[in-house]
Amino acid sequence: MGGGFGPLLSFLATTRGGLDGHLVGALRKARSSVQSSLVTRVIGIALAAVVIIYLSPKVYALGPSYFLRIVAVGVALGAIYALIAIGYTMVYGIVELINFAHGDVFTLGAFISLPLLVTPFWHLTEETGGGWGIVLPLIAVFLIVMLITGLINVGIERVAYRPLRNAPRLAPLITAVGVSFFLEGVMYLWKGAVNLHYPDLLPSNRFVGGTFSAKDVIVIVAAVILVAGLAFFVNQTKLGKAMRATAQDRDAARLMGINIDRTISATFFIGAVLAAAGGITYGLYINSVNNGLGFPIGLVAFTAAVFGGIGNIPGAALGGLIIGLIRATNDGYVDPQWTDVVTFAILILVLTLRPTGLLGMRVPEK
Amino acid sequence: MALLELEGVEASYGRIRALRGISLVAEKGEIVALIGSNGAGKTTTLRTISGLMHPAAGSIVFNGKHITNEAPDRIVQLGICQSPEGRRLFTRMTVVDNLRMGAYTRSNAGEIKKDMDRVFELFPRLKERRNQIAGTLSGGEQQMCAMGRALMAKPKLLMLDEPSLGLSPILVETIFDIVREINAQGTPVLLVEQNAHKALEIANRGYVLETGAIVQTGTGKELLESAEVQKAYLGM
Ligand SMILES: Nc1ncnc2c1ncn2[C@@H]1O[C@H](COP(=O)(O)OP(=O)(O)OP(=O)(O)O)[C@@H](O)[C@H]1O
Ligand SMILES: [Mg+2]
Repeated sequence: MGGGFGPLLSFLATTRGGLDGHLVGALRKARSSVQSSLVTRVIGIALAAVVIIYLSPKVYALGPSYFLRIVAVGVALGAIYALIAIGYTMVYGIVELINFAHGDVFTLGAFISLPLLVTPFWHLTEETGGGWGIVLPLIAVFLIVMLITGLINVGIERVAYRPLRNAPRLAPLITAVGVSFFLEGVMYLWKGAVNLHYPDLLPSNRFVGGTFSAKDVIVIVAAVILVAGLAFFVNQTKLGKAMRATAQDRDAARLMGINIDRTISATFFIGAVLAAAGGITYGLYINSVNNGLGFPIGLVAFTAAVFGGIGNIPGAALGGLIIGLIRATNDGYVDPQWTDVVTFAILILVLTLRPTGLLGMRVPEK
Repeated sequence: MALLELEGVEASYGRIRALRGISLVAEKGEIVALIGSNGAGKTTTLRTISGLMHPAAGSIVFNGKHITNEAPDRIVQLGICQSPEGRRLFTRMTVVDNLRMGAYTRSNAGEIKKDMDRVFELFPRLKERRNQIAGTLSGGEQQMCAMGRALMAKPKLLMLDEPSLGLSPILVETIFDIVREINAQGTPVLLVEQNAHKALEIANRGYVLETGAIVQTGTGKELLESAEVQKAYLGM
């Protein structure tokens, strides 16, 4: 977990625990004036120009296939960030909570999947190897883990957040931090604080002159399927629509006969389902997990959610992709040690210059 | 048996007592007006009936069933729906999706479709704007959408909280005509209004609320002619 919580918490406390606190409210107002939106745009364009001028010679020097490799890794990691970011954004959208435990739910998904890889029905190990035979068992593992993790997250909401639903915003934020410590502690007791090897099950064939690997493609396809499923659920099903209604106006939703306890539970369930899938995908892609993984990755995914516009689901998916690409670019062309600095500089820039994010709400609230 | 009966209902926001023992009755087929000045407790009364807040004392009976401590979604299922103060549309959904949310507790697709057509008949403007995002509707259109949305629940009692607020005089006229029309088609209405004159004109009966208590009641006509009401609410 590192020492990152202290300053972060005090920062959030000063913004009254949510991105829509006084500070951001004032910023939002400031932004609405033509002048400041012009300033935002000028700063954005200037930054982009500097970055392009800085990177172009390096990209040119290292050649096109290296570039494509970076893009492939960026999109694959971005897809995983997107899966996590969607959970942040959905939970924020419906209960205005920045769920700091969400990154740990992601890790939990990976942890729960580990013992399920070898069962009486299937043996998913590196020795037994890949091939088409692993497809169905792997899908089964995904579904079981998604279900279990989803239910655990529903339980977490019930115990740690629901009793505080009408409390000041800072209260559930603090319990979320508590849940984060708790989950990391449980995983520590379970497997220790070591890097665990996650079996390398996916084929590693490479295409296009070695730039794309089958792994990249599988991770991206899995994320696309999950996000498409989510989009269908949220836009087409009754429960999905009820969730959107609850996020937009809780009391109005109740007046329509919507049981908001149920829609909020469903939101936590789905957020965890996607995070758990992200956790397994991460394990299969990176082949290493540890109990503290969720905190840094969660913060990156949170940045992605803010970047896309917190509360906005397509925004979180897009934000995840862009953050993944930016991080891969920085890793590959600048210096991996600077990647977190760049990521969180983006978080700060977005919060100060454009708190509504890329796809923030365009329609007036009331 | 009365359709809705409130008996000594008290409710508060923290330490602020908003309702101090309200008793009122709405019968099947009626339009009942609830009038009173700002802060009298009209909205609180509707919120309490809908179950958004629970009374500290007293009882609420609907169709012979105690709903005093029921959850809001149960109360909608039992047949009470309201168009709340400030419209409270789902501003990022289309008009049609807002109307569909109104029918959330219902499942018969054929009947829902029929009621949607009926809403479009009552509010032709909504039909033109059916695919527009609700947040971009004009104030009057939003009011129509909110009323239509409440009707989509096919309520046994429709509650309207200040439907004429902020509308042009012509539109106010239209809205009151529509309330009368809705009632004529068989839906009882509990109507909260600042526009006491118009409300009492179309109401069978009315209640006057002052600082959380009912101070006067009678038929619409009686209240219109009452000296106190004329002085306090009709500006005569
Ligand atoms: N959320 C709240 N918290 C605290 N007090 C409230 C709240 N809502 C209403 N009140 C208080 O309760 C009292 C009744 O308010 P209510 O909204 O029911 O009045 P109303 O008759 O609907 O007024 P209006 O005509 O202005 O809508 C008022 O004194 C108001 O200040
Ligand atoms: Mg009111």
